[in-house]
Amino acid sequence: MDALAATLLSVVTAATPLLLAATGELVVERSGVLNLGVEGMMLTGAVAGFAVLAAGGAPAVAVAAAALAGAALALLFGLLTLTLLANQVASGLALTIFGIGLSALLGAELVGTPVERLPRLSLAGLSELPLVGPLLFGQDPLVYLALAVLGLTAWTLRHTHLGRVIRACGDDHEAAHALGYPVIAVRYGAVLFGGAMAGLAGAYLSLVYTPMWAEGMTAGRGWIALALVVFSAWRPGRLLVGALLFGGVTILQLHAQALGLFAVPAQLLSMLPYLATILVLALLAGGLRRRSEAPACLGKPFRPPA
Amino acid sequence: MAWTATRRQLLTGLAAGAAWSLAPARLRAEKDRVVKAGFVYVGPVGDYGWTYRHDIGRREVEAALGPQVETSFVENVAEGADAERVIRQLAAAGHDIIFATSFGFMNAVVRVARQFPQVKFEHATGYKTADNLAVYNARFHEGRSVIGTIAGHMTRSGIVGYVASFPIPEVVMGINAFMLAMRRVRPDAVAKVVWVNSWYDPGKEADAAKALIDQGADVITQHTDSPAPLQVAEERGAYAFGQASDMSRFAPRAHLTAIIDNWGPYYVERVRAVLEGRWKSHMIWWGLKEGMVEIGPYHPDLPASVRKAAERVRRGIIDGTVHPFAGPIRDQSGRLRVPEGKTLSDEELLRMDWYVEGVQA
Repeated sequence: MDALAATLLSVVTAATPLLLAATGELVVERSGVLNLGVEGMMLTGAVAGFAVLAAGGAPAVAVAAAALAGAALALLFGLLTLTLLANQVASGLALTIFGIGLSALLGAELVGTPVERLPRLSLAGLSELPLVGPLLFGQDPLVYLALAVLGLTAWTLRHTHLGRVIRACGDDHEAAHALGYPVIAVRYGAVLFGGAMAGLAGAYLSLVYTPMWAEGMTAGRGWIALALVVFSAWRPGRLLVGALLFGGVTILQLHAQALGLFAVPAQLLSMLPYLATILVLALLAGGLRRRSEAPACLGKPFRPPA
Repeated sequence: MAWTATRRQLLTGLAAGAAWSLAPARLRAEKDRVVKAGFVYVGPVGDYGWTYRHDIGRREVEAALGPQVETSFVENVAEGADAERVIRQLAAAGHDIIFATSFGFMNAVVRVARQFPQVKFEHATGYKTADNLAVYNARFHEGRSVIGTIAGHMTRSGIVGYVASFPIPEVVMGINAFMLAMRRVRPDAVAKVVWVNSWYDPGKEADAAKALIDQGADVITQHTDSPAPLQVAEERGAYAFGQASDMSRFAPRAHLTAIIDNWGPYYVERVRAVLEGRWKSHMIWWGLKEGMVEIGPYHPDLPASVRKAAERVRRGIIDGTVHPFAGPIRDQSGRLRVPEGKTLSDEELLRMDWYVEGVQA
């Protein structure tokens, strides 16, 4: 594998967990719910997937367990905010704290356990092609899953009845309710989907990115995913741009350091991914003169009129 | 970030709760001469690196002093104002001695020490002392001289990748000690340094290691806390070294040896000193000789000649015949900083802000 392919592969690896978690959160927010618990759900997914793999489970089972664990935590959030109408911001933050603690507790015995990395796709002939081989046909299965789900999400939101219902719940839940749509049920569905995707993002970290379990190993990626949703103006296409840009600049600034390219402090280079992503997404938002898709009812509790 | 803030608030809430519930216990403790030792950690005990090793030290205190000691710890304490609250609450909860185990806790522990003159404080890797505030530090750079020697023998490309956290003197002197030892073996070797600006971010540490290997490094070393760079080295066919603890299980082929932090004996001695009423403030900087820094087991496949060279450096540092910073030392621009026959003093090391020849940072 040549250096360029290896570098591009690193970019995809860095972008994938962000993309997974952000896609889930995008759907949650488009349905009108703000779940700040992404970091906690990611960690819970990471530890659940790792535990299954370490216990000898099949990779597919481990990935499924991670998604389930993330969804289980999301269900808790749904009960609090959708059924009991608790404040979404406070509940989301509490979910993150809870997820950090829960994953540390569940994973205490797993610290220091090594596992095999999930296998990469390997297609005879194709995966060995120079440059495009490893990039297009040699990724981890979760990379393809992330892209597929993103595409499906974009299509669903835009072109299907379900997508219109989800957006209606996010934009005007009173009207959606008046039209007879089950606002609460739709939001539950979105929240569970968001949890499962965050769990997958966590699994990507603990099974592929760095195959290990360590407390707090997400290191803030859940928050970056949340920010990406906002900066992408709730549009799946821009989410992909943002995630790849953030991952890409992160990797490139590490390469620039190793090459000694810029005579600027490393701290400045470390800021680049954040600056570049915000700048490009802001320009994209302004330049295209298209309105943001910010859901009008984002974070507002819905109590069905009696 | 928001979550750390809330997490801290939760922790301080817990600590405050502990302060209330432990108040009667404290009275009991004083009657039976039980020493209460508190530990403040910057990371999770499950980091398998820095905090993990401090917690092993705490457990050694419990094992050695048994019923005469009660220990407690607070993990994931952010450096800054929240550290001060946590340390103050531990002091208020009746702890006799409190170990603050991160450089960034320094100003917090200095302030709390002033408010609680009867409590003993110990601060790791800092430089401010008081009558009831001692400072302890480990000469990690001595370990880096040993692994630098090994790296010089094992690198084929002559390029070593260094995954670094923050450009503070401790890290800078580690890079320099490593480089000087490596060049004594392989005069044309270079060390490429990549800063990840974090002590602990497995993903980013792995990315940095990948970038370094992509640019020709065939030995990876790190001054960050997770085993992720070792995993990358294992996968990509490079060599690497464990940081703070033996990490060989993460990289059975690549892991040549490890620099191991060994805080236990010091913690046991200091808690015992409180128990026996002879605790005094001091500032110590211990290394291989005192056993605060250790070199882990060598990889079985490490050639005997390399092992011998490494041992020569390790033993030499212990008996004083080898100094990690013996002249002649030139800096990056080629200027002679330390002439032949001279060595750098501890004071000069503790404020080191320049790189030796061969470092690309």
